[in-house]
Amino acid sequence: MAEFTLPANSKVGTGKTWTAPRDAARTRGFKVYRWNPDDGQNPRIDTYELDLDQCGPMVLDALIKIKNEVDPTLTFRRSCREGICGSCAMNIDGTNTLACLKPIEEVKGAVKIYPLPHMAVVKDLVPDLTQAYAQYRSIEPWLQADTPPPPDAERLQSKEERARLDGMWECILCFCCTTSCPSYWWNGDRYLGPAVLLAAYRWIADSRDERTGDRLDALEDPFKLYRCHTIMNCTQTCPKGLNPAKAIGKIKQLMIERQV
Amino acid sequence: MRSQLGRVRGLGAARSGVGQWWGERVTSLALVPLTLWFIWATIRLLGAPHEAVQNWMASPVTIVLMLCLVLATFHHMQLGLQVVIEDYVHVESTRFLLLLGVRGLTAILALLCIVSVLRLGL
Repeated sequence: MAEFTLPANSKVGTGKTWTAPRDAARTRGFKVYRWNPDDGQNPRIDTYELDLDQCGPMVLDALIKIKNEVDPTLTFRRSCREGICGSCAMNIDGTNTLACLKPIEEVKGAVKIYPLPHMAVVKDLVPDLTQAYAQYRSIEPWLQADTPPPPDAERLQSKEERARLDGMWECILCFCCTTSCPSYWWNGDRYLGPAVLLAAYRWIADSRDERTGDRLDALEDPFKLYRCHTIMNCTQTCPKGLNPAKAIGKIKQLMIERQV
Repeated sequence: MRSQLGRVRGLGAARSGVGQWWGERVTSLALVPLTLWFIWATIRLLGAPHEAVQNWMASPVTIVLMLCLVLATFHHMQLGLQVVIEDYVHVESTRFLLLLGVRGLTAILALLCIVSVLRLGL
């Protein structure tokens, strides 16, 4: 059955508190999930109090400040700090988002920071994404065509054909959507999840691709595709403002279209 | 020891699921007018004698609509419960048994209703 409570070794305890410097005028608490695979302890929530006047505006700025100046053991992924690499995806204030795009000011009270939900944790805020990446690989996310491209030229698209890819090519594979989806929580081993299905539709909708039917065949499955129950968490949480639920709806529409 | 990609590909796509998904939508759509009609008809028959109900049911339109209602209801029920079981039951043997049980139970309930309708109407 689906699990609704955490196993004993995953129950989260209270950790340490680092108080803000005494002269800080504008302090804010950051409650961060901590778990170290090497110490055999349960996860805990550490509280870091920071002086916001000495910190950048985004949650990622606060995490970097904590790591640099308060607690170097804090572990998280980050790279571009401008919402294009998808590395710093995490659960902030109850919603999956990118730490680099989330202003601290948008959160009321202490900022609660957890790793992406329902994924195995590697350490602290770093989730294990190997399954999600393998699922992405399984939909063969590259152009497939038997017709060779015109000699010395690119495969052309009309402006309208190119416009059909808008809202999909922007996906940065941060998996905020996939890990916000209850269907993925319960059946992530078989359901592909919104991020991968959005990517699948990106290639189905591409006028240059010639494997549309094969791609639909590969998705026609009660679990791979039809675990989506249009819950819409994916669309609500996407930090890039994309609509994976709509893309999944389009795939379902094509499944019917090719039968009638 | 299996690779992550091997596990994800698993047994491949079942090449089914469209019918189930579409069936759920079609039956739910059909059930809107059918249920409203049934409620309206039941209210009209409140307190009526057995004979009046029998006469009502004997009309071909009524009996066909009643059979449509029964079939759509139980088909929809079976599809809906199947989704719930597939979502939440992860032990394969339990899932298989529950899916069989739900199919059997809904079929029996549907047959019971069909026989009752026919007995009353024919």
